[in-house]
Amino acid sequence: MIQQLVSRLLSSLVVIIGVATLVFLLIHLVPGDPVEVMLGESAQPADRDALRHELGLDKPVHIQLWEFYGNLLRFDLGTSLHSKQAITEVLAERLPATIELAIAGMVIALVLAFPLGILAAVRKDTIWDSGAMTVSLVGVSIPNFVMGPLLILMFAVWANLLPVSGREGFASLILPAITLGTALASVLSRMVRASLLEVFNEDYIRTARAKGLAEQVVVWRHGMRSAMLPVITLLGLQLGALLAGAVITETVFSWPGIGLLTIEAIQTRDYPVVQACVLLISTTYVVVNTLTDLAYAWLDPRIRMGGS
Amino acid sequence: MPGTLRVWFPLGICLIWAIFAVLGPILPLTPDEIQLPFILEGPGAHTWFGYDDLGRPVLDRMIMGAQTSFLVAFFVIGISVAVGTAIGVVSAWLGGWWDLVIVRIIDIFLAFPGILLAIALAGILGPGINNVVIALSIVSWVGYARLARAQVLSIKERDHVFAAIALGTRPIRIMVRHLLPLIVAPLIIEATFGVAGVVIAEAGLSYLGLGVQPPEASWGSMIRDGARYMLVAPHMVLAPSVALMLIVLAVNLLGDRLRDYLDVRTVRE
Repeated sequence: MIQQLVSRLLSSLVVIIGVATLVFLLIHLVPGDPVEVMLGESAQPADRDALRHELGLDKPVHIQLWEFYGNLLRFDLGTSLHSKQAITEVLAERLPATIELAIAGMVIALVLAFPLGILAAVRKDTIWDSGAMTVSLVGVSIPNFVMGPLLILMFAVWANLLPVSGREGFASLILPAITLGTALASVLSRMVRASLLEVFNEDYIRTARAKGLAEQVVVWRHGMRSAMLPVITLLGLQLGALLAGAVITETVFSWPGIGLLTIEAIQTRDYPVVQACVLLISTTYVVVNTLTDLAYAWLDPRIRMGGS
Repeated sequence: MPGTLRVWFPLGICLIWAIFAVLGPILPLTPDEIQLPFILEGPGAHTWFGYDDLGRPVLDRMIMGAQTSFLVAFFVIGISVAVGTAIGVVSAWLGGWWDLVIVRIIDIFLAFPGILLAIALAGILGPGINNVVIALSIVSWVGYARLARAQVLSIKERDHVFAAIALGTRPIRIMVRHLLPLIVAPLIIEATFGVAGVVIAEAGLSYLGLGVQPPEASWGSMIRDGARYMLVAPHMVLAPSVALMLIVLAVNLLGDRLRDYLDVRTVRE
């Protein structure tokens, strides 16, 4: 058990190092001279040399990479070219907004997904089932940047109930959270349905029904308990999609989180900040996936981490 | 939906999309023609979908946007399926050290949440349709590589493969003639869903200003531009949004039907 735990953690570490390496390489993909792109063509040669030196771009690539790793270990992500602040500070400023939005989006997703999925599974092959699954298919088909403006149009412009954008109070959280949550809700509800249907075929469900238990008890106590496992896994895996979706959702609603920061940094060619944002989001994703794997093994004694 | 409609509705929408995309260049369109008297005018007799904030016909621009999304989807799926499948098949066939390295690389790429890497790449490579295709291909090949590898691993011990080896068939021929045909069905299904993903991603990048640049049109940039005039001209957002949703919905439905038809249970769910 311990050995498997260690090997799982080690392989996550390898992935994180790989992710950091790719992120490091990003700045070398800038067409032409990255320093010129960042400062603009009119910059003084002295300023260019100073920035080149500051970013370490005047050194050989392998030394740059080595220093990049070293700085990461010290949580030193460099300084923002735009605001001249330490990037770790900038991230710390923006992170609460993204966490708030991600949690709210997840809550919305769960609140929508469970009733839809359970309804579809319990009334399998009826109009309820196809109705719920159509709603979920439509939900996956609406991208965030379509959902967002449509919600703004309906609830902020026409009905004038909620703020259009920004982050001021609870009301401003509602539309972004719904935008972010619906896509996840669609995927989740399909998973809830599929795994419930699988569980319904098990012998112990037939036993529960045969001994005359109420259908609610069968579904909730006996069915949901084991159907939850794959759903939890999916929830962990989908966190990445949620975080990526936050980039667009935050842009639609001018929600001042990491996602909006990424886009702002791209627009101002503040590449160190872009690298830091991508690194932060991806690392979070890897860590959550690892935790999901471990939680899965912990929740299901039958698994306890198989060979692969 | 009744049986036949479930196939013909999505297929029809995809066909219309493809036809507009292919015929777009020869249709008498004026997507860049500015007609000042019609600025922000809603749908009416002049044109079905009204005019945008510069007085350009929204319908013509939507057809141009259809071309953009179709081209990007075509090339991204083409490139990433070809590259991904090749890498996945070779990796599974060779096994050993090669396979180990490839699997690690796949893991690393999968560690970036979907469109995030594409956003960063497109942002750094700079705007334009070529860079959109490059950015999205770099992100999408991994899924096909993983799928192809898993499929080949599950069939490479079959008798007909051993027979081919015993006959002295060259590895390339074994991979192309004896392995590939058996793994094509799940790849086709994954690629179909992939089209929906690429269409959304392209529009997303253009929404963020990282895709095709004006005066070229993309549904994503049309939605972004329209969002500013939502109060006075909601048609500017609604028209491209509905088009985008219809295409994505149709492609997803088509994927579902294909999966049922080809009877593959390994992909999704």
